[in-house]
Amino acid sequence: MIEIRWHSRAGQGAVTGAKGLGDIVSRTGKQVQAFALYGSAKRGAAMRAYNRIDDEPIITHEKFMYPDYVLVIDPGLAFTDNITENDKESTKYIITTHLNKEELISQIPALQDKADRVFVVDCIGISLDTIGRAIPNAPMLGALMKVSNMFELDFFLDSMKRVLAKFPQKIIDANMDAITRAYNEVK
Amino acid sequence: MADKMELNEVEVWDGNYAASQALRQAQVDVVAAYPITPSTPIVENYGAYVANGYVDGEYVMAESEHGAMSACVGAAAAGGRVATATSSQGFMLMLEVLYQASGMRLPIVLTVVNRAVASPLNVRGDHGDMYAGRDSGWVQIDAFNAQEAYDLTLCAFKIGEDLDVRLPVMVHQDGFVTSHTAQNVYPLSDEEAYAFVGDYKPVDEMLDFSRPVTYGAQTEEDWHYEHKAKQHKALMESYKVIDKVFEEFEKKTGRKYNRLEQYMMEDAEVAIVALGTTVETAIYAAEQLRKDEGIKAGVVAPRSFRPFPYNEIREALANVKSVAVLDRSCPMGAMGALYNEICGAMASTPANPLVTNYIYGLGGRDFAVEDAKNIFREQKANADAGYITTELQQFSGLRGPKLAFYEAKRS
Repeated sequence: MIEIRWHSRAGQGAVTGAKGLGDIVSRTGKQVQAFALYGSAKRGAAMRAYNRIDDEPIITHEKFMYPDYVLVIDPGLAFTDNITENDKESTKYIITTHLNKEELISQIPALQDKADRVFVVDCIGISLDTIGRAIPNAPMLGALMKVSNMFELDFFLDSMKRVLAKFPQKIIDANMDAITRAYNEVK
Repeated sequence: MADKMELNEVEVWDGNYAASQALRQAQVDVVAAYPITPSTPIVENYGAYVANGYVDGEYVMAESEHGAMSACVGAAAAGGRVATATSSQGFMLMLEVLYQASGMRLPIVLTVVNRAVASPLNVRGDHGDMYAGRDSGWVQIDAFNAQEAYDLTLCAFKIGEDLDVRLPVMVHQDGFVTSHTAQNVYPLSDEEAYAFVGDYKPVDEMLDFSRPVTYGAQTEEDWHYEHKAKQHKALMESYKVIDKVFEEFEKKTGRKYNRLEQYMMEDAEVAIVALGTTVETAIYAAEQLRKDEGIKAGVVAPRSFRPFPYNEIREALANVKSVAVLDRSCPMGAMGALYNEICGAMASTPANPLVTNYIYGLGGRDFAVEDAKNIFREQKANADAGYITTELQQFSGLRGPKLAFYEAKRS
């Protein structure tokens, strides 16, 4: 079972991102689970979303998990939230930041012995450039595809087009750009 | 004619969306609602289906849950297929009218997304609202995940509307843990789903002006008792129809439901009895304990909370040494309600299992796999000792000092 924990602020699209990822993965014959823990349910409040992916039906309903991937889509939460909670020796971190990896890690003591498992990408900057709004969920999925090798970029882009089908073409195109850029820029 | 919706073989739906799709496919005539977290999306989605032409029905915005269920009673008495959704405080405000609906034998379907009851205010899942409905005369069916919330909502219409039942039906799912958790769901096509549910057959409908009828008449000590006893009999005997509907559903989908679900009970030495998502988490824990620690653990779960599967409980637990009964509702001054049901069932059998009660998960407190394992391990200790090694009622997952009540009075 692969377990993913998203750190986000309400309104940044972590739940949509988690459900979109679940949707795509489910079409490949896998079983998925996507859920969220809302704080005070206010826009801007820190919240977490979760994915589970497995070959077998997923019957555990605990909120607790040891994540394989931690996705931080708000730059501030890397500093203020406990992003390394319940991590494993193999947990990989993908963090949204405008800093480079060394600058970021030097400011977050909890990451200093995990440098080889930390990846950075500026999902906020990318979404502002491409979509025109700070919606970092789609680029984060692009970065996840690169870091995890879960799917080829082309397959993932095609699948996302289907998930986004109800939106105008302009928004679909902007999301494709955002995903592709994050895929190529994550370090 | 309502538009059809094209669904994929596998969808990723949460429990709310799954329940709302079942309401659409059943082509409910009237949904009267006052939305409340966490069940809001069920009626919100139904409203969108009506507005977008996917249902030939009416969405009635009520001024409260009391008004919503009252409008449902009116619409059902008029002769329509009727459904709504609620949770927690909304359920409590509906409660008076729930008894009216069942007493008038109106087969309304209520999708309940279980949530804690204030005070303190809390929007997350526990079974406080479900338990409050247990004497209300409704059939109560419990879903453990989003797929089941969909399947059982379809079944609910067929159970309640059967002429041998004619009772309202609640389909319960856990707040957030099911209602807001997206997972793989395998839906029926619109045609298959509607063919399974079937056309609504009105009985004594008030809109048949050629044959006037009265609903909600007054009966004092002359007839009230006989009416209530007859209603109880109908609910007690509804198991036959529930079994028949579950069989038909299995033929259609391959998915088999039972009024009492049993997992790994063939050789189980210890068991957890629970409701809701906890059932699946406990199965997951039992599988691991069997593999890693050699504990013969099993899980028993009433799918039908009302009518209660009394006989099936007696058979399922006949050879188990130690049983933990889990209640996700604070019994406030007593043992948990499910514990009392189980003890009542087992008291009339030669089996004499060690039965204890765990309160857990109130207000959405996480019930982790490790919590389930600890409960199984305590049952194993009881089984090995041959007596109850703990207090009779314990609180699982509670912070602060351990809270427990009553010593066993037998060795």
